[in-house]
Amino acid sequence: MTSLPPPSAVKLGLVIDLDTCVGCHACVIACKGWNTENYGAPLSDQNPYGADPSGTFLNRVHSYEITPGDSPPQLVHFPKSCLHCEDAPCVTVCPTGASYKRAEDGIVLVNEDACIGCGLCAWACPYGAREMDAAAGVMKKCTLCVDRIYNDNLPEEDREPACVRTCPAGARHFGDLGDADSAVSRLVAERGGFDLMPEQGTKPVNKYLPPRPKDRPAPDLAPLAPVATEAKGFLGWLDRALSTLPGEGR
Amino acid sequence: MHPAPSVIVFSSFSGLGFGLLFWLGLGLPAPTGWIAFGFFTIAYLLAVGGLIASTFHLGHPERALLAFTQWRTSWLSREAWTSVTALVLMALYGAGLVFFGQRIAWLGLAGAALSLGTVLTTAMIYAQMKTVPRWRHWSTPALFLSLSLGGGALLAGQGRAALVLLLIAAAFQLVNWLDGDARFARAGHSLATATGLGGIGAVRSFAPPHTGTNYLLREMVHVIGRKHARQLRVIAFALAYVLPALLLLLPLGHAVAALAVLSHLAGVLASRWLFFAEAEHVVGLYYGQR
Repeated sequence: MTSLPPPSAVKLGLVIDLDTCVGCHACVIACKGWNTENYGAPLSDQNPYGADPSGTFLNRVHSYEITPGDSPPQLVHFPKSCLHCEDAPCVTVCPTGASYKRAEDGIVLVNEDACIGCGLCAWACPYGAREMDAAAGVMKKCTLCVDRIYNDNLPEEDREPACVRTCPAGARHFGDLGDADSAVSRLVAERGGFDLMPEQGTKPVNKYLPPRPKDRPAPDLAPLAPVATEAKGFLGWLDRALSTLPGEGR
Repeated sequence: MHPAPSVIVFSSFSGLGFGLLFWLGLGLPAPTGWIAFGFFTIAYLLAVGGLIASTFHLGHPERALLAFTQWRTSWLSREAWTSVTALVLMALYGAGLVFFGQRIAWLGLAGAALSLGTVLTTAMIYAQMKTVPRWRHWSTPALFLSLSLGGGALLAGQGRAALVLLLIAAAFQLVNWLDGDARFARAGHSLATATGLGGIGAVRSFAPPHTGTNYLLREMVHVIGRKHARQLRVIAFALAYVLPALLLLLPLGHAVAALAVLSHLAGVLASRWLFFAEAEHVVGLYYGQR
């Protein structure tokens, strides 16, 4: 049913550290790999080696430049996937019941057998977390690797989402954000984790940790003054000789 | 938003068709026999043709019956119910007029209400979208309903009603355009709130996640469609409202009425193109576009 369940006690989700992320896109590839080979329709590519390649991805990494008023700009890499919102607008708009939020752990999923591919849930999502697969004609989204995290056939350390497992920088954390004492909840509390686009009222479960303040160079640090503007000696002769050749001065 | 031809054709044609069914349901006019057959054929071609066009943008139209299940929360599911029940009731009502020369008034009134309900549910699919501030406004259902009623009156030969309703629709159209232009900024969405990084400084999109395009950009960040927005607004306003209204002031014959209908339909199609092309989805912010 596309009615939202009452808020669950367990709220599984991700905490993404924007201070630590180096923008390597390993999470993007790990996500695409796991979710193409496992749960549901594969994540297809269209014209992958042609002039205009495109494809379905459940996780994408943006890069933003932030310029504080008086300091040089800094670059922040920004992975974005489904935030498994508590008040998920993508779920209630679904006409068929394909889109649903699990009552037991809050994961938002799509039953691909019931999806008519109308695309309305992607319209309702402010974060661009849902993409219609052009080959399968059904809506794809992050499953929080529901087929890994409860999978007894995997070694214990692999029972977390593929993006978290692969992140070489340790910028992605998985856990229960409904439990105030969990490692992820403590991380959010310590580092001032925040919601994306809170004014949309979606109450995302996933949280983002802000970049830590950077060391700033002293503002009066001028560039080094040039010590030699005219070349002397052999190099000076070479410079003058070359300047006389036709085609110089371009 | 991507101005998909199937959705533009669907909402424009079926809006007109259900508008005509509304007036037929009220008994304005209440023809019988072949004349009734003609009226109902036009109404069903428009309404059903539009509905069929709308299935072209589905990934899996063969599962469309499932869309009747989630009427508690989904406006699209409600639209499925109102459209099908309106079409069934009006078919029975029309059969009474065409084959038996009988007008079953209560059936017509129920069908008229459901026809209007169909247009309302269509409009609410757009008006509910918090992610598209331009659509999320009372003027969206007001415009869809008044256009359907006005265009329907035009087709039903209700000259006086059509004139009044088209002028009302024109007013809603202006509100929808002019107020809509400021609504994104008023909703307070920006790259700063989208990333949560505005507290550090001015945020700018430095590099998108991919060199190519993707579903999100194709579907929701359709900037190219707005290129001629100003000219299209003038064309849409002149064709959908001004010209039909002027024609309605002339003595109404079949030729004048047909011209008014064609002009109105062309204008509505242009207006509906802009309704999508000018609508900015908040996801565009993440890509440094709107």
